[in-house]
Amino acid sequence: MRSRRSIKDNRDESAMFRRRALAGFLLILLGLCGLVGRFFFLQVVHHQEFVTRSQNNRVKPRALPPARGLIYDRNGVVLAENVPAFRLEVVPEQVKHMSAMLARLSRIVPLSQDDLDAFKKQVKQSRRFESIPLKLRLTEDEIDRFAVNRWRFPGVDVVPYLTRRYPLGGLFAHVVGYVGRIDAEDLKRLDPVRYQGTSHVGRSGLERSYEDLLHGTPGYELIEVNADGRTQRVLETHPPTPGKNLYLSIDVRLQKAAEKAFDGRAGAAVAIDPRNGQVLAMVSVPTFDPNLFVNGISQADYDALINDPAKPLFNRALRGVYPPGSTVKPLLGLGGLVEGFRKPQDTVLSTGVFYLPGHKRGYRDDQRGGVGTVDLVQAIEMSVNTYFYKLAMDMGIDRLSQWMGQFGFGRPTGIDLIGESPGVLPSRAWKAEHSRQPWYPGETVIAGIGQGYWAVTPIQLAHAIATLAGHGVPYAPRLVMATQDGQGAPRRPLPNPPSGPPLIHNTADWDTINQGMEMVIYGAKGTGRALAAGFPYLIAGKSGTAERYSRTTNAYNTDKSAAYLASRHRAWFVAYAPADHPQIAVAAILEAGAWGAQDAGPIVRKILDAWLAAHGGVIPGAGRISAAAAAVPGIPQTSMAPVTTQAAGAVGVAR
Amino acid sequence: MMTMLYVRGRRFLQRVMTRPRIDLPLALGLLLLLLVGLITLYSAGDGGFSLVGGQAMRFALGGVLLLLVSRIPPSVLRSWTPWLYAGSTALLVVVALLGEGRGADRWLNLGVMRFQPSELLKLTVPMMVAWYLHPRQLPPRWKDIAAVGLLIAVPALLIARQPDLGTALLVIAGGVFALFLSGMAWWRMGLMLAGLVGMIPVAWHFLHQYQRDRVLTLLNPESDPLGNGWHIIQSQIAVGSGGLFGKGWQHSSQSRLDFLPEHTTDFIFAVFSEEFGLLGVAALIALYAFIIGRCLWIAMEARETYSRLLAGAIGMSFFVYVFVNGGMIAGMLPVVGVPLPLISYGGTSAVSLLTGFGVLMSIHAHRKMHD
Repeated sequence: MRSRRSIKDNRDESAMFRRRALAGFLLILLGLCGLVGRFFFLQVVHHQEFVTRSQNNRVKPRALPPARGLIYDRNGVVLAENVPAFRLEVVPEQVKHMSAMLARLSRIVPLSQDDLDAFKKQVKQSRRFESIPLKLRLTEDEIDRFAVNRWRFPGVDVVPYLTRRYPLGGLFAHVVGYVGRIDAEDLKRLDPVRYQGTSHVGRSGLERSYEDLLHGTPGYELIEVNADGRTQRVLETHPPTPGKNLYLSIDVRLQKAAEKAFDGRAGAAVAIDPRNGQVLAMVSVPTFDPNLFVNGISQADYDALINDPAKPLFNRALRGVYPPGSTVKPLLGLGGLVEGFRKPQDTVLSTGVFYLPGHKRGYRDDQRGGVGTVDLVQAIEMSVNTYFYKLAMDMGIDRLSQWMGQFGFGRPTGIDLIGESPGVLPSRAWKAEHSRQPWYPGETVIAGIGQGYWAVTPIQLAHAIATLAGHGVPYAPRLVMATQDGQGAPRRPLPNPPSGPPLIHNTADWDTINQGMEMVIYGAKGTGRALAAGFPYLIAGKSGTAERYSRTTNAYNTDKSAAYLASRHRAWFVAYAPADHPQIAVAAILEAGAWGAQDAGPIVRKILDAWLAAHGGVIPGAGRISAAAAAVPGIPQTSMAPVTTQAAGAVGVAR
Repeated sequence: MMTMLYVRGRRFLQRVMTRPRIDLPLALGLLLLLLVGLITLYSAGDGGFSLVGGQAMRFALGGVLLLLVSRIPPSVLRSWTPWLYAGSTALLVVVALLGEGRGADRWLNLGVMRFQPSELLKLTVPMMVAWYLHPRQLPPRWKDIAAVGLLIAVPALLIARQPDLGTALLVIAGGVFALFLSGMAWWRMGLMLAGLVGMIPVAWHFLHQYQRDRVLTLLNPESDPLGNGWHIIQSQIAVGSGGLFGKGWQHSSQSRLDFLPEHTTDFIFAVFSEEFGLLGVAALIALYAFIIGRCLWIAMEARETYSRLLAGAIGMSFFVYVFVNGGMIAGMLPVVGVPLPLISYGGTSAVSLLTGFGVLMSIHAHRKMHD
């Protein structure tokens, strides 16, 4: 039986096929009869009903686009608003000869090539009965001229809409970003129903990352049309739900002060509240006017922005990567304490040059001849490289990068903006990915002072310093603090729980580092001692002067001119305040600064001043400096106080 | 080498021109359908000749392809089948990698014309299934059914994720009909059908949101007054108001007043129903039934399994077009992008359909030469 069946029998198969084909045809006939039955049901049984509906069919739905949510600073200052404007719209289906119509129309209302290109693209992408914007922001003159000639242009209409305006111009260009006209690429990913009638979509900054909340839900109205398809009257309106308003944690006053402090010099600054990760200020200098982009930027304006050597479109705070230099020293010192490689009282002798055993190359201190024996606090105060060269060697690169990684280096901080650069955290894994060479011990040494492969963004450094200031509790930086359903509705705070476990378990470790950073500002040899004057609360800070190029010789530079140094250096300053109860942490970089404390320091100080002024000069929970200084023997009142007499333990007790 | 190719090519073309091998009833049925298509299009396109002209060009191209393909003997087609299948599936992968198109990445830009590789699969998938089954013991067992399932699923999934559910459906239908005609046991089909019904909740999970919306909209058209619900309502008004005799050619008020969306493409059947009424609809569907029946007749006359399965599958897939499109405009099925065959304007579907009928002509012509 089996062997007989395994031989193909064509006649058998042919007969079976015949049966199957007949069965299939019967099923198909059945299906087609069902279809005709349905048409019978519609065309005969319900004929009268549909005839009535067809005769009354003068009603069409029209989408009502939602108003975009507004954006405010933390105190309710408007950063992005909607203003009424008019635009020309065309329904392609109602236009017989499109190119001829456009040619005639351009004699009445000037149409730029950009307008035409965007329009033609969108026509191709949309259904022919949908209304497509042709020209945005009509002037009153243009509206009048079109109104007179309107009868010549069936299918073309002037339509009111809301356009976006950024009243503060460039101040928030790198934070709030801007909206742009919806283009072909956008149409591919946007929900066509949700965006019907909408002409703009968030392109950059918060406008883009919060697009979903800002956009809202469209409504519709039922309109009666005449035989030409023109609106006669509105029968029914289902209003749209506007997008949610956003409240930023940024304070406009701080933002202004920060931008002003740069005085047009390229750089970036970020201030974060260490208690919750809220961003208080975030500037990237130079900046640009986001209003240019809203209704299509002209080619000339765009070329000017793109070709500007200062790169105003580049968001330095988010994407600029720079070696952090000495600003990583407090964090590394903390690692030494927490991981048990150092005790606060351990000292190192700085002779001016540090040699790896058996190596010829020397790694230098900033001061020729060194500064003698220093402990951790002094090493931070005077930014003594040798201390951290040694600490980095003792920790080894693996533990160093593991520890520093916990502060968020080498990966995006998770701020609520798109396009953050991850930077580089030196590690064997990173080098293995980018080079065929093995890891050299010398690279561990310079990693200890924030040089070598290191690359951090201002956001990352501000986040790391805020994590330090917050006693090691990390929060992802957040720009949007609360949302609001509409004008007058209550603000709904967005939760921002810690993004990881606390990094510090022993308060004494933190106190030591804090003391070192206070000494940077208040110590006799502190690199930032010029910043102390007149600020009523304790500041803790650290300077960083990173080299843009590596040195070619061991010789000390003899050229000390600021211009020369600025061309070689990047100036950092980081700080938090009040040191006894940190509520603001700041990181600022000046792309061409000679020295961190001298050039970036004043920028940080101005931001702190603005922050203090915004609080009316009084910070709850923090001690004023006169009282604090008296109680803390570690803070010398005169610059003559000998640094070496300060015992770390004494400060720890006084805290 | 070149001259030999040239000589052979010329001889081939000469034969195509001088002695076309066509089945007259099928050819007449198709010609009638094309005529109805152009007449309807003229009315649906608001009486312009630009649409009709473009469509006529497509028909002409399709007709030439039909004649060319009709000269290729089924045995040659059969030997090409695995290559055609592999090539067309590879094109799908290319589209997935670098495609461009409107929302759905289905097109490949060939410079002169945009080309939709998924159209090819409507032909190559049933070809491949027939090729796979023809040397095997029929009716097929589970092993062969599983293999056929895989041959269908790979291109179908690639098309479905473009996303183009309509074409995916037609590709699947072509393959499944070949399997059905090969005599797959009824109980096996019942079992697989039950399994598929059980899979519906899982499939639902994988649908795009807009695809789910389309199904939900069908159940309650009023819930979506801006999108597909509107289309369904307007389409039914057009159909229903047509009545028994219709409003007459060029008197579709629904289409004229722009209440019907896409009234030259996917919704052209609604215009036809409004203008020609139930009588017109019944006549058109009878014409489709005739064409399908003639295809099955040609299939039965073929003397060899590959040709039989292929001809039958092509004929039966034609039914899926009509049923899905008709069901959509009558509010029975969700809105899926399936055109009314040879009547809807545009796309490459008219060309690929006519090419498919070329295969049928060839099978008809060789009905007694192969055993």
